[in-house]
Amino acid sequence: MSAPAKLPQYLAANPRLDRWVRFDADGIATIFTGRCELGQGIVTAFAQIAAEELDLAVDQLRVIDADTELTPDEGHTSGSRSTPEGGPALRMACAEVRAVLLAEAARQLDIPVNQLVVENGRITGADRIREVSYWSLPHRELLAREATGQAQVKPVVRYTVVGRNQPRLDIPDKIAGRPRFVADMDLPGMCYGRIVRPPSFGATLLSLDEAAVRALPGVVALVRDGNFLGVIAQREEQAVKARQAMIGQARWSEPGLPTDADDIYRYLETRATVDTVIMKRENPAARARATQTFEARFTKPYVAHASLGPSCALATWSAERIEVWTHSQGVYPLQRELAQVFDLPVESVIAHHVDGSGCYGHNGADDAALDAVLLARAVPGQPVLLQWMRDDEFAWEPLGPAMVVKTRASLDAQGNIVDWSTDIWSNGHTQRPGTSVSTVPTSSLLAAWHLAAPIARIPQGDPAMAGGGGIARNGEPLYDLPNKLVTAHKVEELPLRVSTLRALGAYANVFAIESFIDDLARAANADPVEYRLRHMKNPRARAVIERAATEAGWVPNALSDGSSGRGIGFAQYKNGYGYIAVVIEVAMEPEFRVTRAVAAVDVGMAINPDGVINQTEGGILQSLSWTLKEAVQFDRERITSRDWETYPVLTFSEVPTVEVHLIDRRDEPALGAGETPTGPTAAALGNAVAHALGVRVRDLPLTRDRIIAAMELA
Amino acid sequence: MISHQPDSHEPITFEVNGAPRTVQAEADTPLLYILRNDLKLKGAKFGCGLGQCGACTVLLDDHAINACDTPLWSVAGKRVTTVEGLAADGRLSALQQAFVDEQAVQCGYCISGMLMSASALLRANVQPSPAQIRSALDRNLCRCGTHARILRAVERAAHAGADTGVAR
Repeated sequence: MSAPAKLPQYLAANPRLDRWVRFDADGIATIFTGRCELGQGIVTAFAQIAAEELDLAVDQLRVIDADTELTPDEGHTSGSRSTPEGGPALRMACAEVRAVLLAEAARQLDIPVNQLVVENGRITGADRIREVSYWSLPHRELLAREATGQAQVKPVVRYTVVGRNQPRLDIPDKIAGRPRFVADMDLPGMCYGRIVRPPSFGATLLSLDEAAVRALPGVVALVRDGNFLGVIAQREEQAVKARQAMIGQARWSEPGLPTDADDIYRYLETRATVDTVIMKRENPAARARATQTFEARFTKPYVAHASLGPSCALATWSAERIEVWTHSQGVYPLQRELAQVFDLPVESVIAHHVDGSGCYGHNGADDAALDAVLLARAVPGQPVLLQWMRDDEFAWEPLGPAMVVKTRASLDAQGNIVDWSTDIWSNGHTQRPGTSVSTVPTSSLLAAWHLAAPIARIPQGDPAMAGGGGIARNGEPLYDLPNKLVTAHKVEELPLRVSTLRALGAYANVFAIESFIDDLARAANADPVEYRLRHMKNPRARAVIERAATEAGWVPNALSDGSSGRGIGFAQYKNGYGYIAVVIEVAMEPEFRVTRAVAAVDVGMAINPDGVINQTEGGILQSLSWTLKEAVQFDRERITSRDWETYPVLTFSEVPTVEVHLIDRRDEPALGAGETPTGPTAAALGNAVAHALGVRVRDLPLTRDRIIAAMELA
Repeated sequence: MISHQPDSHEPITFEVNGAPRTVQAEADTPLLYILRNDLKLKGAKFGCGLGQCGACTVLLDDHAINACDTPLWSVAGKRVTTVEGLAADGRLSALQQAFVDEQAVQCGYCISGMLMSASALLRANVQPSPAQIRSALDRNLCRCGTHARILRAVERAAHAGADTGVAR
């Protein structure tokens, strides 16, 4: 007997095989995954992985995602970790299932396992005469066991499903308008809820004419608990009207904010910080060759997730049992936090993931789940569907933190970089459910802080560098530099609520690093592509840079006449995940616009290549939106950007052509794709503007006004 | 259990996806809630309630409108088409099929609004230019960054329509 093999992390934590795969009566297999569909196509990619290992067709599979009653606990679906971490667990689980069932098939057919053929779940010998199937075997009993780690996964060379384009399984329903989202759920007897938030952080309720609200048409219940206010009505428009009336009626006292959107960067740089040296590489001899030193300071505002659909949840409360349907990224952490708020055993809370509007990090989904339960408690037995209004979302979702990034580098006489430092000021990048290490009870859920018996707000946290880090994510340039020093300055005071937003600190850090590299290249009289390659040995990094440049028709050392420009940006996400280089082209006449984006991507094995391309295109365009337009506005009292006019995002007339070229690395592990493009796109855009006009804009967003201001200074 | 009978109001009749429908609700109720909650047509989505994002786009007599800020009284006697009305006999329309063919979806929350704005365009103009497609979709926001695929899908549908005469 061989030694027990090491199981993938999430399979080791959830080793029962029937926790992952079930064969149903109708010739269908159901796959259970603790990861959830966020619009990134993970359900489809996982169906491909399962189909491959089980020798089933994709259309024989049903996928149930993230459900505390049904699926393994895989924590949060975040950080582009589903494919690299969840994929191997599912693959191994399916390989184990196949091995167990084939052993039984071999016994029943009296054919050695290594001579069995499996096709669409039918199991035969080479003679194709005797046949069993997964469904005819006693699969229920056979799968009631734990994974051993002994099964062999299928070698990549035999793949026929993974690594090929697979149309997304959820798209037909969404195209047809069939109900797929939490907001589309409709249970018998369902009521509609809306909430009324305080007008600003720390505001307290002074008075509310409750009777006036209760008298409004259709109002079923008004919920008032400390500073938490909500209303339930028979009809949705009645709930909306009652909410509007409550906003008009309620009187609040507001403590004010310690900074504002113009002052925030000075604020961040002058607060008390916890400083951490993230990495340090020392080579005094190389440093001694320095002949010139350069410094720069980059800023990034608070950015909103701004999911198109406001956060939503459906909840029921009955006999001390909570059931909630949510678009949370982590139903298990949410389950634990809901149990804490209501002081119930964890088993009394059931959370089901249902698709929501696009999710790019920790948004209002978990908060809405608590809101819905707080409302449902007022009407026991009746389902309550709660959706935030647009301004609830903009004013209260956890934002991507504002950041200041300073870079410093020295060049030798040949223009080579001999010394580098990055210093980053930011709040921590997570306040997710379950991330607190505090000894006193705290909650990440917004309404919990507002209750009459509040639970303290979860302290700001920052992911460990082992998980890619938050503040300092991609703060280290991947380039081969003899001296490197990266320091994170975590700002202790927290003026606005923040948490994870797609790529976390990597967006601002890569923007800063890759902008600065271009400035150094210019100082060294070098072409930006050549200069990057000069400092990079990693062949996969070189390959994406070279491929993006080639596909974009990059002309080394090309001069601009001021009417157009092109720039490149590169990163390996988390310095360990997917590689990407992006070339952006801009036109400055008749007006500033981005005309073309060309990217080369290496994510190792691409489970669903078109899915990777779709995610990459989306990451590029979302980053262009952030980089061209987005900044949360706030004054000394409150957030003031509360709709799409005060928080404008990219529109169709501003969208460039987008070309994504995938480098096939099917023998390399899958690395995850969703977050790689954000920083490189931003830097490529800044570099294109610099190429066109000879001026560097270091403050995001790169608006037309900022570019003009930089030209006037030049 | 609380009943769901709306307060008594004058019934309002209009056509939805080819069939006459009569509903009772406050006359100023946004059409979106009528479609989603009374008629159980969940395709049009609530995005902002302000007419700024296009997630709730439906057709009113062939013109794209925001259902979130269109009061019920204003559609009396008119024709409303929702995304559920694009497919015929259970088959996706050429426009919908083009979205599938281009895999022009990420989260999909905006997509029925996109389809309806594109449908309105193609009803008025069977061969729109790329600039006209961008212009027709400019008030529909997509947060996932699916724009490039959506543009390709509408162009594909327009080309298909030029061949068959039925793009929408």
